Amino acid sequence: MPEEKMVNIYIMNKQYEVPAGVTIMKAMEFAGYQFVRGCGCRGGFCGACGTVYRKPGDFRLRSGLACQLQAEEGMYLAQIPFYPANRSTYDLQELTPELSTILTHYPEVTRCLGCNQCTKICPQGLDVMDYIAAAQRGDVEKAAHMSFDCIMCGLCVSRCPAEIVHYNVGILCRRLYGRHIIPKAEHLAKRVEEIKSGKFDGELNDLMGKSQEELTKIYDDRDMEQ
Amino acid sequence: MYTAEMLELIKVVEQTREKRMSETFPRINVEEKNKLLRGFHPDYMDGAMRPVQLGPNKGDALPHEHVDILESRSWVDPADVDLEKIDFDVDVLVIGGGGAGTSAAIMAAEGGADVLMATKLRHGDANTMMAEGGIQAADKENDSPPIHYLDVMGGGGFLNIPELVSALVSDAPICIEWLENFGAMFSKFPDGTMNTIHGGGTSRRRMHFAHDYTGAEIMRTLRDEARNRGVKVLEFAPAVELLKDDQGQVAGAILYNMETEKYYIVRAKAVIMATGGSGRLHINESPTTNHYGATADGIIMSYRAGAKLAFLNATQFHPTGVAFPEQVVGQLVTEKVRGLGAQLVNIEGEQFFYPLETRDAVSSAIIRECRERGKGLTVPSGSGVWLDSPMIDIIHGKGTVQEELPAMFRMFDNFGIKMDETPIIIYPTLHYQNGGVLINDKAETEIEGLYIAGECAGGVHGRNRLMGNSLLDILVFGRRAGMNAAEKIKNVKVGKLNLEHAAEYNQELDKLGLNERVSPILIPDYRYKISG
Ligand SMILES: Cc1cc2nc3c(=O)[nH]c(=O)nc-3n(C[C@H](O)[C@H](O)[C@H](O)COP(=O)(O)OP(=O)(O)OC[C@H]3O[C@@H](n4cnc5c(N)ncnc54)[C@H](O)[C@@H]3O)c2cc1C
Ligand code: SF4
Ligand code: SF4
Ligand code: FES
Repeated sequence: MPEEKMVNIYIMNKQYEVPAGVTIMKAMEFAGYQFVRGCGCRGGFCGACGTVYRKPGDFRLRSGLACQLQAEEGMYLAQIPFYPANRSTYDLQELTPELSTILTHYPEVTRCLGCNQCTKICPQGLDVMDYIAAAQRGDVEKAAHMSFDCIMCGLCVSRCPAEIVHYNVGILCRRLYGRHIIPKAEHLAKRVEEIKSGKFDGELNDLMGKSQEELTKIYDDRDMEQ
Repeated sequence: MYTAEMLELIKVVEQTREKRMSETFPRINVEEKNKLLRGFHPDYMDGAMRPVQLGPNKGDALPHEHVDILESRSWVDPADVDLEKIDFDVDVLVIGGGGAGTSAAIMAAEGGADVLMATKLRHGDANTMMAEGGIQAADKENDSPPIHYLDVMGGGGFLNIPELVSALVSDAPICIEWLENFGAMFSKFPDGTMNTIHGGGTSRRRMHFAHDYTGAEIMRTLRDEARNRGVKVLEFAPAVELLKDDQGQVAGAILYNMETEKYYIVRAKAVIMATGGSGRLHINESPTTNHYGATADGIIMSYRAGAKLAFLNATQFHPTGVAFPEQVVGQLVTEKVRGLGAQLVNIEGEQFFYPLETRDAVSSAIIRECRERGKGLTVPSGSGVWLDSPMIDIIHGKGTVQEELPAMFRMFDNFGIKMDETPIIIYPTLHYQNGGVLINDKAETEIEGLYIAGECAGGVHGRNRLMGNSLLDILVFGRRAGMNAAEKIKNVKVGKLNLEHAAEYNQELDKLGLNERVSPILIPDYRYKISG
């Protein structure tokens, strides 16, 4: 760790001296915080640690994930560990992958003003406004792919003047796409049938009865797909 | 950003790349592997373990960090708890909101049970969310559950419990189809055929994936489905102790609201423990890939209730943890990077091991390369070796890294390293709890009313889990636990609740003079330091 170099950051307006370059999450712990909220995976996957900050002399509001963002001199920050959201309930099996489905569950997508605040704040660098636009047009496939890397941190929601809950629109589109648009895997359905009919039971039972030595030999000799 | 010295060393890797690309490093056989493990795997290092002094596994040597948790007092003073005032009265209590818990909750609810899920962080803040690489299932023409079985057994050192492995490989395609029906976006070809690749120790390409957000895709899909089905969830309300009734069956738990510091008493006809792993115990003082709540809570609660542990002395170190940059040391570099063709390369630009051997072997080989052969790189946290990631775009076409490994690319890019252009530096990191509470193929323990699923359970993977078999295991045994619990509760009558098992455990600790620590620890304490 480059311990030698320390920087000052302001956690909710309190100044702390922390090692330069560590993540905000580790910096906050170094300062004495023990997280209950605002910390989940610690690896950029769960969206628990959305953070907003400003830098001295700059009017811009910046954002990041506390577990990924590095501490820099003068950062003035707060976490947004929770932001109330609207979520619709549905039975995926009954839905069709089209515009009317999206409008039934999230009619507010049509209120988008095109302000681009959601895209600007997204710590994953997603084109959030564009995936909402795709959903608004009923382009489920595009919205599904464009929103795929969304970690549901909710920062976009906190900024949206149209009160849209982007990540919930995103997951609806992804599930619609995964269930109703991309074809099912035929080889998978076939294998499930075979298993249910007991096709492999004999062979499995046979293997289960083998000694360690016998298994070792079969294992060492097994052929490998290239 | 790499140092000037590292940039110089990268040139060596680049110089040998073309030649290396045409070479396959030879695999090792079982005997050679055993020798390598004994010599270099952290499990076999002197002083890594000590025998636990009480409970069902008394006398077994386990890592110190686990023994510390096991030789600890209950959170609650059994004499102080009023068990008459029930806050939640349900059929099935699921403890843990990761992939195993959520699968269990969905299936228990589908079986007609009234389900409550209690979880420590938010629903989905879990190791499941972090899995990148993929999930195994033998669903292609050239593959079969028996072939999968053999790979699993070989990976586990042939010590895995056969009935569990048989359940794992037989249910695998069923679970993938279950997820497909829930709309999980697996990477597929346009006709619907699953895109599958190799993982360490697989003899067929059976690794299914969703870019490198496989676990996230599974977790958020299951969570969404559980929400649609109205499963009740209590967040930031970890279980701290199990409850039993006067028949000795597990009959609920005490939850602790971490925000209000209030306790809740839950009465349940069956309990499914799905609290995941233990990376945050930092076994062997290692950094870890695990989420914040991976503190072995389910192990100690089940152990106090009398359940036996298996293979908890086998810890998985993932071969490729980040070794540089320092800010993200210990974070995972998914095995998929090797699955897509990247080789392991030492400071002299030589390949030194078959990249897709089982994890225990690859980790040991990297440790040997650095420690014994002195061919590792020096980094601020110690040593590391190269993982030649630019090979991926050369093999599969420009843009593959960014397309197939967006999370990985994003993490390194954050620190000014373009992994599609320069190799990255890696070293083994604490990753997975191979063992846990012993279960049978119904996800039952020997204690009536207590089911275990997921990383908290032990036996399925023997001494070493293969990549892609844990995401699978949480679905297979999560579903089985949920279905079996829903069936079982139809005939269960809960008697008077008590905490005698915890009181007795405390007394025994007193006798041993071990009364200082308290567990489960719930969350690690990283205050005033820089954590791993
Ligand atoms: C970075 C990473 C990458 C991985 N990649 C892969 C991969 O590619 N393929 C693969 O197959 N496997 C992979 N794994 C392993 C796999 O993801 C996990 O083993 C698996 O998801 C564990 O699932 P689980 O439901 O048992 O536990 P988790 O998903 O960890 O869920 C446990 C839940 O229980 C909660 N909990 C803990 N204690 C308590 C308590 N006292 N009370 C209530 N709740 C509690 C936790 O907070 C958490 O929400 C990876 C793991 C990690 C960490
Ligand atoms: S789209 Fe919104 S919720 Fe998703 S990662 Fe970006 S800011 Fe977070
Ligand atoms: S923040 Fe809201 S209104 Fe603005 S572009 Fe995004 S979705 Fe539209
Ligand atoms: S803690 Fe999960 S994204 Fe930061």
